[in-house]
Amino acid sequence: MWQWFHKLGSPKWFFGIANRLMPWLLAGGLIILAVGVVWGLAFAPKDYLQGNSYRIIFIHVPTAFLAQSVYIMMAVAAVVTLVWRMKLADVFVKAVAPVGLVLTFLALFTGAVWGKPTWGTWWIWDARLTSMLILLFLYGGVIALDRAINDEKSAARAVAVLVLVGVVNIPIIKYSVEWWNTLHQPATLKLTEKPSMSSEMLIPLLLSILGLYLLFGWLACIRMQTEILVREQRTKWVREMVMAGRN
Amino acid sequence: MAFDSFSAFLAMEGHGPYVWACYGAFVLLMATLMVWSLRRRKAAFDACRRGFEETRNTGRTAASGAQATFARVNVSQD
Repeated sequence: MWQWFHKLGSPKWFFGIANRLMPWLLAGGLIILAVGVVWGLAFAPKDYLQGNSYRIIFIHVPTAFLAQSVYIMMAVAAVVTLVWRMKLADVFVKAVAPVGLVLTFLALFTGAVWGKPTWGTWWIWDARLTSMLILLFLYGGVIALDRAINDEKSAARAVAVLVLVGVVNIPIIKYSVEWWNTLHQPATLKLTEKPSMSSEMLIPLLLSILGLYLLFGWLACIRMQTEILVREQRTKWVREMVMAGRN
Repeated sequence: MAFDSFSAFLAMEGHGPYVWACYGAFVLLMATLMVWSLRRRKAAFDACRRGFEETRNTGRTAASGAQATFARVNVSQD
């Protein structure tokens, strides 16, 4: 068990595993996402209430879902960084924060564009929207804080603490549509209940989420590899790998 | 197929601009993020290679071990 834990923390071991996983994550992610999106755009029936504007859901929900999910993963990695000082956990936080930022921005953007024909407004200070905006600032804060501190060790600790403080925002996002009954519609997908959507809409939505998850995995791998190369550039294994021309 | 024709598909009964703006932004940003990440990785690789070739050419003891890297953890985990 401990040996496995240590192996997991080894940048060299991760580099190899990532190399093997990446083609599958990329191909799987692109194909599944494309199937989900094309199905949702062209084949799913139109919503009886919102018409065709609801088709934005097939990217709005996946990006919003991933934006929160990535933050939770970062929080777990932050705990690992603080408690076990594992190199890879900190590498993960720094590598995926910009991805989380882009996903949160896309969730907000697609939400705003969806809101215009549906609610009649681009933006309102609704609880769900505001808490998502705070998530965007949290991602921005993590990136900025990391850049502001030169010492790697202090940066890792400060970033981990910021990530953990920000976790309080995640349940607020999740329950905002139930606590404050304002404009945003209730959750589309709930783990505990039967989905309220017809399966012709639900299956493409689930496919889009899965596809985006896989693409995120690919992005995380490639960005972590970059971070590892920068940090470990003077080690023997990087030297051997780079000089052998493998990548 | 939920639409009768391709032009109906593009128009989405008046919601076309909204729907396509969202999908356009999604594709553009995700593609940019992916290409940028790929390029950064390649740049990091090339920088490593240049560094190693320089130390080899000057005859110094290249890559003299882990003490020269970031002292993130004390124990080498390799």
